[in-house]
Amino acid sequence: MDEPVPPDHPGGLVVTRRRHRAGRALAPYLLSLPSGLWLLLLFVVPLAFMLSLSLKTCNPATGACVMTWHWGEFPSEISLYHQEFITSLYFAAVSTLVDLVVSFPIAYWIAFYGGRRKNFFLLMLLVPFFVSFVIRTIVWEFVLANNGVVLGALKHIHLLPAGFHVLGTGYAVMAGLAYNYLPFTALPLYVAIERIDRRVLEAAYDLYATRRAGFLRVILPLTVPGIFAAFLLTFIPMFGDYVNQEILGGTSNTMIGTVIQNQFLVNFDFAGGASLSAVLLVVALVGIYLYARLLGSRTIEEYL
Amino acid sequence: MALRAEGETTNKAEGTERAAARGPRAGRPGRVLAVETADVEFVGITKAFHELTAVDDLNLKVEAGEFFSLLGPSGCGKTTSLRMLGGFEEPTTGRILLGGQDVTYLPPYRRDVNTVFQSYALFPHLNVFENVAFGLRRQRFDRTEIRRRVGEILEIVDLPNYEKRQSSQLSGGQQQRVALARALVNEPKVLLLDEPMSALDAKLRRQMQIELKRIQAQVGITFLYVTHDQEEAMTMSNRLAVMWHGRIEGMGSPKDVYDNPTTEFVASFLGASNLLPGTIESKSSDVVSVAVEGGVTVHVPPARLPDLGDSRAVKVGVRPEKIGIAEVSSTVPDGYNSIHGRVVVSTFTGVGNQYIVETPLGVTVTVYAQNIGRQWAPRSGDEVILTWPVEHTFTVKPLPTSVEINETEGD
Repeated sequence: MDEPVPPDHPGGLVVTRRRHRAGRALAPYLLSLPSGLWLLLLFVVPLAFMLSLSLKTCNPATGACVMTWHWGEFPSEISLYHQEFITSLYFAAVSTLVDLVVSFPIAYWIAFYGGRRKNFFLLMLLVPFFVSFVIRTIVWEFVLANNGVVLGALKHIHLLPAGFHVLGTGYAVMAGLAYNYLPFTALPLYVAIERIDRRVLEAAYDLYATRRAGFLRVILPLTVPGIFAAFLLTFIPMFGDYVNQEILGGTSNTMIGTVIQNQFLVNFDFAGGASLSAVLLVVALVGIYLYARLLGSRTIEEYL
Repeated sequence: MALRAEGETTNKAEGTERAAARGPRAGRPGRVLAVETADVEFVGITKAFHELTAVDDLNLKVEAGEFFSLLGPSGCGKTTSLRMLGGFEEPTTGRILLGGQDVTYLPPYRRDVNTVFQSYALFPHLNVFENVAFGLRRQRFDRTEIRRRVGEILEIVDLPNYEKRQSSQLSGGQQQRVALARALVNEPKVLLLDEPMSALDAKLRRQMQIELKRIQAQVGITFLYVTHDQEEAMTMSNRLAVMWHGRIEGMGSPKDVYDNPTTEFVASFLGASNLLPGTIESKSSDVVSVAVEGGVTVHVPPARLPDLGDSRAVKVGVRPEKIGIAEVSSTVPDGYNSIHGRVVVSTFTGVGNQYIVETPLGVTVTVYAQNIGRQWAPRSGDEVILTWPVEHTFTVKPLPTSVEINETEGD
């Protein structure tokens, strides 16, 4: 049987110390390994695959693709589907604006008057979004149906003509988008408003600012980074969204997300779908770049 | 020339820039703002938050042009009083007069007072110039007037050429100067200062105290200063009021309040005091004799007796620096009180010696002896006699024993 090494034994100490030191040097790499692998396998590889796919030529029947460095896919896809890009841009812009206008007062109220129940109110804001995205959108289909709870009732009391409809129009898509992405606007706005020092606002009132001037000159400028973060988090996913258009938009007003989905799943035009996705990605990156240039790259990390 | 803290200049370039800016104006006489200052009056002000009475029937008049301090521990109501004058709180009852005009219910932006906040509360999205110009812009001054006034006030607070800096690029002392300039530039009738030095280190604080007094003398505006630092209040104020539990415990010039404390709280909060419980034995026109617990009789000038009503219980007080410490065999001169004791702790503090002396009265007495290099310095264990002039003896009404004087009460 081995002699137990006393804890103060010099030899034992040296050995454990050395082992600790080696472990400490490796620790950052070991800790970043899972997230590094995750990024590599689920982001870098698919991204590279998608980008390379846009330059390949595929056989729609077999699905086999060959690298041909065919750049022509980009101009032809853009000329074919630029209208869908413009529609997406328009829908996403309007819905983002609606979300900003609707969530600013909500976020402002919770941040300034929520008191001890702030977290409860934030939860209330999020609870509807515990339900699946598709289900929520289908519920909107019921809400906006031609003879549903809203339109049916209004038609019944003759406030709306019998032929009036929302479903199948761009308005329904924008309503669905605005509803589905509301928390992504409200939460960054809340964070931005919440961190405004109340004493700074008091200082503004002390310096002859009326309530209106206090809002325009202090609260609003201090919320700008939050507004921009909210804009990015809402606008970019909306831009590529296809569920709302599929369910609420009917056959008209096709958005680019729907086109990409069809290219892949209906037309089996993998190269075309991939090149459209690449264009979408570039638009998103340009948005982030402009954000970083305008408001500094440091603030972006604080809000995302 | 204004004093500056050494630690404030953060880099060399800044130093040269500052030196260049200083040169041409070195001989320029200090400008005095064309200010109309005003007096402030709190009339029967009470402020209750739910069950807590933060300010209890406050009656106070601050004269025009005065540097007045509200001093007290946290939670004593001093900041609440200031906030009511600033317009951030409404009193439950009472009136606030500014230059004779009732401002009790006016919103902050309709009052001719400006505040220097404890945390400075500079606008983080604006540079120094825009911070200082904020109040002028809201009052719709024209552009050239704003430029002139901001430039002048930044010179007064000794921050010329800082217009373009962001507030996050400034040191604590510089931020404080900007906060001061931002308030003063509006030429308020009264400037309110809410513990403006609490975020500064001790050295910078002492320099800012002198600087603030200089600025006050230069601009001539009434300053109402709130602090929990008794030394700060005494250094700067023309007059001060010591507050406790929402009430004024003592008011007057710093020397007056320090030398003649009227309550036990003031005696122990403003500086240190030795307080000996006792009973009044006899009163005559020129001397009052108090029997201190433990069998010593101490004489007090009759003018130093507080209004006690029917009670005869008092606490006799004497400041530690007023007590002389001598060998036990020395004689006590006429007109002096004396107590025997034994030194328990003797501490050398540089400027002097501090002794803790145990007395037969059951209480220990603290003595400060100035280090003038000649006098006899007892050591621990030495038997000594403590003497002090009758005229430096005061009495205060004892607090109910249940009440504790605690400086760290919650806010």
